[in-house]
Amino acid sequence: MKIKTQHTILKTENLTIGYSSKKEDTVVASNINISLQKGELIGLVGGNGIGKSTLLRTLTKVQHPLQGTIILNNKDLKNYINLELAKTLSLVLTEPIASKNLTVFEVVALGRQPYTNWVGNLSEHDISIINTAILQTNIEDLKHKKCFELSDGQLQKVMIARALAQDTDLIILDEPTTHLDMYHKAYILKLLQKLTKDTGKTILFSSHEIDLAIQLCDSMIVMSKEGIASNSPCQLIEEGAFNNLFPKDMIIFDDKTGSFRVKK
Amino acid sequence: MINTKSYNTSFVLLAVLLLVLFVVNISLGSVSISLDTIFSSFFTKTDQLSNHEYIIQNYRLPKAITAILVGSGLGISGLLMQTLFRNPLAGPFVLGITSGASLGVALVILGSSVFGGFLATFLVSKWSLVIAASLGSFLVLLLVLIVSSKVRDTMAILIIGLMFGSITAAIVSVLSYFSSAEQLQQYIFWGFGSLGDLDWSEVKIFGLIYSIGILFCVLSIKGLNTLLLGENYAKSLGLNIKQSRLLIIIATSLLAGTITAFAGPIAFIGLAIPHVTRQVFNTSNHKILLPAVFLFGAIIMLICDSIAQLPNTDYMLPINAITSLFGAPIVVWLLVRQRKMVF
Repeated sequence: MKIKTQHTILKTENLTIGYSSKKEDTVVASNINISLQKGELIGLVGGNGIGKSTLLRTLTKVQHPLQGTIILNNKDLKNYINLELAKTLSLVLTEPIASKNLTVFEVVALGRQPYTNWVGNLSEHDISIINTAILQTNIEDLKHKKCFELSDGQLQKVMIARALAQDTDLIILDEPTTHLDMYHKAYILKLLQKLTKDTGKTILFSSHEIDLAIQLCDSMIVMSKEGIASNSPCQLIEEGAFNNLFPKDMIIFDDKTGSFRVKK
Repeated sequence: MINTKSYNTSFVLLAVLLLVLFVVNISLGSVSISLDTIFSSFFTKTDQLSNHEYIIQNYRLPKAITAILVGSGLGISGLLMQTLFRNPLAGPFVLGITSGASLGVALVILGSSVFGGFLATFLVSKWSLVIAASLGSFLVLLLVLIVSSKVRDTMAILIIGLMFGSITAAIVSVLSYFSSAEQLQQYIFWGFGSLGDLDWSEVKIFGLIYSIGILFCVLSIKGLNTLLLGENYAKSLGLNIKQSRLLIIIATSLLAGTITAFAGPIAFIGLAIPHVTRQVFNTSNHKILLPAVFLFGAIIMLICDSIAQLPNTDYMLPINAITSLFGAPIVVWLLVRQRKMVF
């Protein structure tokens, strides 16, 4: 095995996530210790309602952790100001963009907002980064189309290009494969894998496509009622981490094929 | 973001059209005045004016300038509200600005009987209406701002603005019930809107506050463009949402508030102009839209005003009726043609 000097982009220490209200704290998951390495594609899987979204929201500073710390690029996430965070972490959300009247180029260009001046003028450097992002995601032919003309799969590529243009070390995607057909699911995840290799960026995504994630990810985070396991897909299969993902009365995980089967 | 150059031709054309309409607007009125007199009146000293030149300098010129400020200001504040609330039906008055102003004016006109006698005649002067309208819209807006600083959701602000509107409308109804026919008539006349009541000193104050409002708009351009992606994306791009929101709301209230104070509640311009502009320029980029909406708003207001004064007659139609007659069909036409309102 090749020994790589690994560089940790994001690390959590004894993280507890959940919601706090005046009366009480609702804990969604606790004792989360994960670390994301530079240039890796990481898949986050787990059943509905297990807390994938809460974890992503906490990692992206949309909500605060109940306990523990999150270290992003050797710095506590708490100490990031908005603009600094925007230059380190970019997002692809499940919600559609507000104005579909924007062209593809304009949407990708908005990724440069943290770097542009007070009125948002693009420099030559900005434009070259935008064009690179458009090239890397294969959406050149869509460049001047309006967003309302695009299919879901095309729109997802545009949003990934926008995140690339933001030029951050870490990109986090919340369920990038929902609403897509099987081909586009594989296409998008394959694209993410290629991007980690080409750009050295770290990409974390949540997904229900466990089979695809096992095949494509460098490492995976599996959230289940028993706790959180984080390792390379092969090791996770050996550990049996996927066996506890869902109640066993309906589907079971087949170690040999790395996929789920419906019980007959 | 790119292709700014390709819009230059449209901008030049619109600017020329604005200039032409400005002169046409000045030349039209109850008496027709020749072009020579119009141009000479611009350069004649105040004490050597002929009758016609006097009319131009002291009535028609301030009215035409008011029309430009009102049209452009309402259009721009409508644009800001549509982007902020991600709602194509939002206009400059969704925050309760008109209702606040009408409450202030209603209190002065309809409530003057309560104060009675000498005070009543003082209260119903023009300046007192301007002050009452400004105070009213300012207070309602301040309330909306205080409440909105406590809520995270921008949609909640929209609803809060509408609720404040309902409350003030209810108070106005109660006041109307107890007032005389004369007072009601005066209140209704205020509601017709009017561009022609301003003298130079008022136009100067109007222009000053208007300029401050526009300055805030220009400062909001980047934030407005970022908000086109939605609030969550905007936040992930490092935008300070609360600060941008405040900036946009202050800009709108300065513009729409003073316009309502000086010219009354002018309907439909704020809603229709941004849509017309988006159709013609086919972009959502505020760096293009802001100056374009300025031009379109000014042009359309000048046209409406020219129609309203019924050239060569002694009559004048209420400007509010003309803007609605013009604005409502445009919105319908847009919906039929497009089947959806993109913004």
